[in-house]
This record gives sequence, C-alpha cells and structure tokens, in this order.
Amino acid sequence: MSTITQDSPAAHDDHHDDHHHGAPKGIMRWILTTNHKDIGTLYLWFSFIMFLTGGAMAMVIRAELFQPGLQLVEPNFFNQMTTVHGLVMVFGAVMPAFTGLANWLIPMMIGAPDMALPRMNNWSFWILPFAFAILLSSLFMEGGGPNFGWTFYAPLSTTYSPDSTALFVFSVHIMGISSIMGAINVVVTIVNMRAPGMTWMKLPLFVWTWLITAFLLIAVMPVLAGTVTMVLTDKYFGTSFFDAAGGGDPVMFQHIFWFFGHPEVYIMILPSFGIISAIVPAFSRKRLFGYSSMVYATASIAILSFLVWAHHMFTTGMPVFAELFFMYCTMLIAVPTGVKVFNWVATMWRGSISFETPMLFAIAFIILFTIGGFSGLMLAITPVDFQYHDTYFVVAHFHYVLVTGAIFSIMAAAYHWLPKWTGNMYDERLGKIHFWCSTISVNVLFFPMHFLGLAGMPRRIPDYAIQFADVNQIVSIGGFAFGLSQLIFLAVVLKCIKGGEKASAKPWDGAEGLEWTIPSPAPYHSFSTPPEVK
Amino acid sequence: MTTKHEPYYVPAQSAWPIIGAVGLFLIAFGAGSYVQQLNTQQSSGGYILTAGIAVILFMIFGWFRTVIHESMAGLYSSQMDRSFRQGMSWFIFSEVMFFAAFFGALLYARMIAVPWLGGASNNAMTHEVLWPTFEAVWPLVTTPDGTKTEAMGWTGLPLYNTIILLTSSVTLHFAHVSLEKGKRTALTLWLGATILLGLAFLVLQAEEYIHAYQEMGLTLASGVYGNTFFLLTGFHGMHVSLGTVFLLVLFFRVLKGHFTPDKHFAFQAGSWYWHFVDVVWLCLFIFVYVL
Repeated sequence: MSTITQDSPAAHDDHHDDHHHGAPKGIMRWILTTNHKDIGTLYLWFSFIMFLTGGAMAMVIRAELFQPGLQLVEPNFFNQMTTVHGLVMVFGAVMPAFTGLANWLIPMMIGAPDMALPRMNNWSFWILPFAFAILLSSLFMEGGGPNFGWTFYAPLSTTYSPDSTALFVFSVHIMGISSIMGAINVVVTIVNMRAPGMTWMKLPLFVWTWLITAFLLIAVMPVLAGTVTMVLTDKYFGTSFFDAAGGGDPVMFQHIFWFFGHPEVYIMILPSFGIISAIVPAFSRKRLFGYSSMVYATASIAILSFLVWAHHMFTTGMPVFAELFFMYCTMLIAVPTGVKVFNWVATMWRGSISFETPMLFAIAFIILFTIGGFSGLMLAITPVDFQYHDTYFVVAHFHYVLVTGAIFSIMAAAYHWLPKWTGNMYDERLGKIHFWCSTISVNVLFFPMHFLGLAGMPRRIPDYAIQFADVNQIVSIGGFAFGLSQLIFLAVVLKCIKGGEKASAKPWDGAEGLEWTIPSPAPYHSFSTPPEVK
Repeated sequence: MTTKHEPYYVPAQSAWPIIGAVGLFLIAFGAGSYVQQLNTQQSSGGYILTAGIAVILFMIFGWFRTVIHESMAGLYSSQMDRSFRQGMSWFIFSEVMFFAAFFGALLYARMIAVPWLGGASNNAMTHEVLWPTFEAVWPLVTTPDGTKTEAMGWTGLPLYNTIILLTSSVTLHFAHVSLEKGKRTALTLWLGATILLGLAFLVLQAEEYIHAYQEMGLTLASGVYGNTFFLLTGFHGMHVSLGTVFLLVLFFRVLKGHFTPDKHFAFQAGSWYWHFVDVVWLCLFIFVYVL
C-alpha cells in the first residue's frame, strides 16, 4: 500500500491501491508509520513524557534542597538526579520536541508531500525510546546510573564513574545517531522538496532556523560520539586520552566536549527563534520586521557558535590570549541575537496586537530569554566568570535560556499549531491559566538563583551553607509550582484532542504560511500536488 | 505552474525501521553490558550484542532489498535521486566530523597536552613538581608515568598501504567511468580490482597491528600516542571494512546488471564513501605516521 503522492494515474501500479486514504488504524500505525505527521506526533508525545520524567527528577533535586543538610536522598543519588535530569531534558525533551515540530511543520510550510526520507524518519524516532530505556534503566543497576553531571567531565566519568558508564556511552551513541539522521532528513527535505516558487528568501523563518540547526547537528553530534567513545576506552580499555599520566589531559575532554556542547546550545534555541518569528507577526497582524536580517543573524550565530566553546572553561588555566579570544567571540554573539530581539519588538511596534496564549508565551519568551542572554553576557566576561563559575548563577542563566527560552517557545508553538494538528481550538481560558501559572512560578524558581550564585552557592551539591536556606526554600516552592503547572498543559492538550470548538483552516487571522491554506486538522497527506508559491 | 511536477515516492508503512531500532537497542545494551563484564565471569552482554548484530544485518538485508526492488520498479524520480545523493553527502560530512574529533585529540595531545606536561606555556611547576623526569617529545614513547613503547615508522607497511588505497581510488574511478560509458566488462574488472586492493589493505593493516602488539609493545594502553594511533587507524579500518562490503554488494549488483549509465545512485554513493575513506587515510598517513 505505497502511496504515490501525485495525481498522475501513470504513477500507480497494482500494489498502490489505497492511494490517499486516511491513516491506518491501531498501534501498528504508530510503529510502522512513514508519515511525517504521525512521526511528528510521536516525537512530541515522547518529548512531553521525557519532560515530565526529567521534571520529576528536578522535583527530587528541589525537595532535597528545600532545607540545608541531607534529608531525602543520598548524595550519590542526588548526583544521579542532576546528571540524568540534564541528559533527559536536553536529549529527551527539548531536542525531540523541536524534531517533532520540524516533522509536523516543515513539509507543510514548504509545500512538500512528506519528509524526503520517510522510512529513515521512522527509524530516527523509534531508536530514541530505546536509548532512554537504556539510560534510565542504568539508574536501577548496582552502583547506580551516571552521576558525573550531564557534561560528564573526565575524570569524573572515567576514573570515578559507576560501572554502568558503558550503558550511558552507548545510549548517547543512539541519541546521536537519531539526531544525525533526523537532521539529514530535515536538510534534504528543505533543500530538495520545496514547492515550485518557494525560493530561499521566501522560506518561513522556522524552516530557515531549522535548516541551520540541522547543519549544526550534523556537524557536532559526531564529535559528541567521538567524545563518549574516548570516555569509554579511557574507562574500560586502558587508554589515557584524559589522563595526564599517559600524556593526555582532562582539559582536552572539556575542549572536545564543548566543541560539541556550545553549538548544541544553539541547536536548542535556533528553532525557538523560528517559532517566535512566526507567532509574533501573526498576533501583531504585521509582516515580520527585517526578514532577511533574521536569516543572516541566524547564520551568524551558527558560525560564531563554533568559535566560543572555551567560554565554558575560563577557570581551567588556559593561556590569557585564549581567554580573551573566547571572551570577545562570545560577546560578538550578542550582536545577531540583539538583531533578533529588536526585530521582534519592531514587529510588535504599532501592530494590532491580541494576547492569545501563543502570543503570551512568545512575549514572555522575548523578555525572559533576553534576561538569560544578559546573564550570559555577564558570564562571558572572563574575570567575572572566575567568580560565577560553577555557581547557581550559571544554573539560573541556562535555565532562563532553556526553560523560559526553548521550552516556552515549544509551548507557544504547541498552542499556535494545536488547532492545525487536532482540528479543534484549545481551551483559551485554561491556556491562559497555564501561561500565568508557568510564568510566575518559573521566575520564582529561577530568578532568586542568580542571587544564590552571586553569594557563592555552588551547583550540583546536595547540601548548602545555612545562609542560603531562605532563598532555596523560595526557589523550591517555585519549582514545585512550575512542575504542577505543566499538568495544566497536559489537560489543555488532551481536552483539545478530544474536542472543542472546530478550528477553521486559518484560525489566526494574522498568520501567514502554506500550512494555513490546508484544512484543520491537516489531512493525512498534505500537498500531494505541490502548491504554487507566488 | 508550467512544468509538470514529478511524483515523489512516499513509501507505505514499513517494518524495517522498527526492526532496526530493536537491533540497535540490542547492540547498544549488549555492547554496554559486554564492556562492563570484561573482567568478570558473566557473558550475557556478548550474546545480546551478537543477537543485535544479527538483527541489524537482517534489517540491512531486508531494507536494502526493498529499496533495490523499488528502484528497479522505476518508482524513484530524479528528485528522489537528488534526496538520496544529498542524504549520502551529509552522512559523509557527519563521518568527517567524527574523525575530526579524534584528529582534534591527536593535535591537542601533540601540540598542547604533551608540551605542557613538559613545562611549556605557564606550566613550569606542573613539570617540576609532578613529572620532573618527563621529556616532551612526539611520538610520545615514554609517558609521564613511565610506560614505554615504540613509534610506528611510516616506511614499509604504512607506505605500501597508502599506495594500495590511493590506487584503489583510481581503479574505482575507472570503474565509474566504465559504468558511465556502458562498458560492462571493464566495469566488472576495475570494481573487482578495487575490492581486492581494499582486502589487501585490510590484511596488511592486521599485520601491522600484530607487529605493533607483539614486537613493538605499541598497544591501546601505551599512552596517548598509542591511543590516538589505534583509535584513528582502527576506526579508519572499520570504515574500510564497511566500504569493502559496500563495494562487494555493488559488485554482485553489477553482475546482475542493476546499473545503467545514467542511473546508478548506489554505485555513486559507494564510490563517494570509498573516496572519503581514502582521504581520511591520507590525513592519517600524514598526521599519524609521517609527521
């Protein structure tokens, strides 16, 4: 039952009989699917489950830190929680969510029948749950799971790591394979499958940002694979890449890891920029201000991302010229990022703005992500970083860019495109409640962390000095509130899938793009015949 | 729209990806357990790993058979062909970056880590206090903790291997030209010669490893020189093995007459892969052996 996505009868042959029928039924639909929308849905649900899993680990962390002293968990288990929380959120929640959005939206946005390589698309998704099954199962093994931080610095991950480290290594390998295949699919789809007339500078920004993200993924995920491989051989096969006694260097680990790690940071934010660039114009009822500068800014950020990795390592004793080089390069990133923030604000300027939930999340993104950007600039200043390094200031910084940045943009995207996906409008009142609960609690959660860090509280430690107790209590309350708020989101999504006011093809009057030209819910096969783009 | 759009083949549901996912899971879980059990009596990991490899081989066999059938049935448009080509190119780019990580480790160890251990830059005290007798030379034949080894020269086996692999790239190119000109016999001969050269390379590489381990004391555990040597040449050797299998499959498909002068993506992909492996070897030869 293959499907030729074109109306030419000549393209049919005998086993393509149920051409253009709807989705197959039952569980096997999801396991065997080659449909970009099904695979997008799978990615999104997987990501949400991982978000709750990683979130539960964050709750353990915040519960332990509610009071000074050790009360709930062993320090070793606490370390496993911080480590696996990071790994699950980065590789299990944020990245698959973006891949899910890419799967759902890119073919519709560029007028393609599906992703370029549909079977590989299925494979990219289905290896992910297995990878996380391996990673999470290691938590229950003798000696425990990974406890060396998601950055798995040597020698913590080599000399001092638990027996199960090999499982961590191989699960990261699978996550990498998944990301690389997903990224190749995205690049090929965008380059090769655009509808006639969909020229480069007409591409929606979500497509542009994902194209550049995919390039970053293909470039750096293999480096991560190399890094974990060296950790594996150092731990189990007697090599000494990261051991000075054999002529290696633990700092070399950090260089190779962050050569992956810094572009990875942009992998988790560039698609957000694309989402916000779709939502802000839609609810301001204006064209996006400075489209081409947005494209160039995204590309500049991607290029610069390869030149800033050592700003994670200012305290490792690098030569001064290296510290200065990485400091200035890092600060340079503020320029294209600033271009983006100003463009979004300029788009809203004198627009006819309405504040539906996607727009609320988008505006919160712009403000809160910018706070995270500013704390990033503070961290970029080498001498100042000596003070901030490995404190809660860093934790506050990257949670502002990843939670109120990446996650908020994913929420915004979900609300914006839910009507297209389900055919029903979500409950606006519940959505707004979700937004306000999240936004207030997330600031109670992360903003005071800045002060904890400035006062010298180190990250990744289960206990702390008594003077940090009050602020930690506030932070933990914010954390529990933010965690619970996400259950509202689950309720909104379930309610929207079940029913609700029927959505028109274009429920947002200011929205632009090919995805709004097809009915809601989007038919199983959209754009079997490519649309013409003027 | 004036030009008619070609149909883009979107395959129906397929079981191969999920079989592949299970296979990959077994490989990862098995390999992880196997490595953990290295110094114990347990051996469950090895069995799981073997099962995983079997499943993956089954998957590769079945998936490629499906693809070949679809291709022979003429379901693939020229746009599909472009998708495949671009996909393969990006895959090779990802492989380049994989090797880049290890070349990066080699250059870092050689240019920075080892000199610093010897007191260069601002590390005089590191040298003085921690490793006062350490001499920073490359190849690193004596590690800071005193492990001794020998450096692999570039003459002899490595040089022969370089010549063999470079020649194989040329013979493969001739095979490709013959294919494009429709000369079946020449194609078969040149492709066969390439495969033989690939096998010869692998045999000599194995010879070199045996020599390194048994006579030179150059092992995986002999410091960062041996580490970079074995991981770089080892991963390269794995790629040559994979490339040889790839070419072998192409050889049988040539015998079956699967390729036409203007439509032979699989051949093209195999040839790209082989040339890529060849270029990696050139970098290896220069940075690992000669310099």
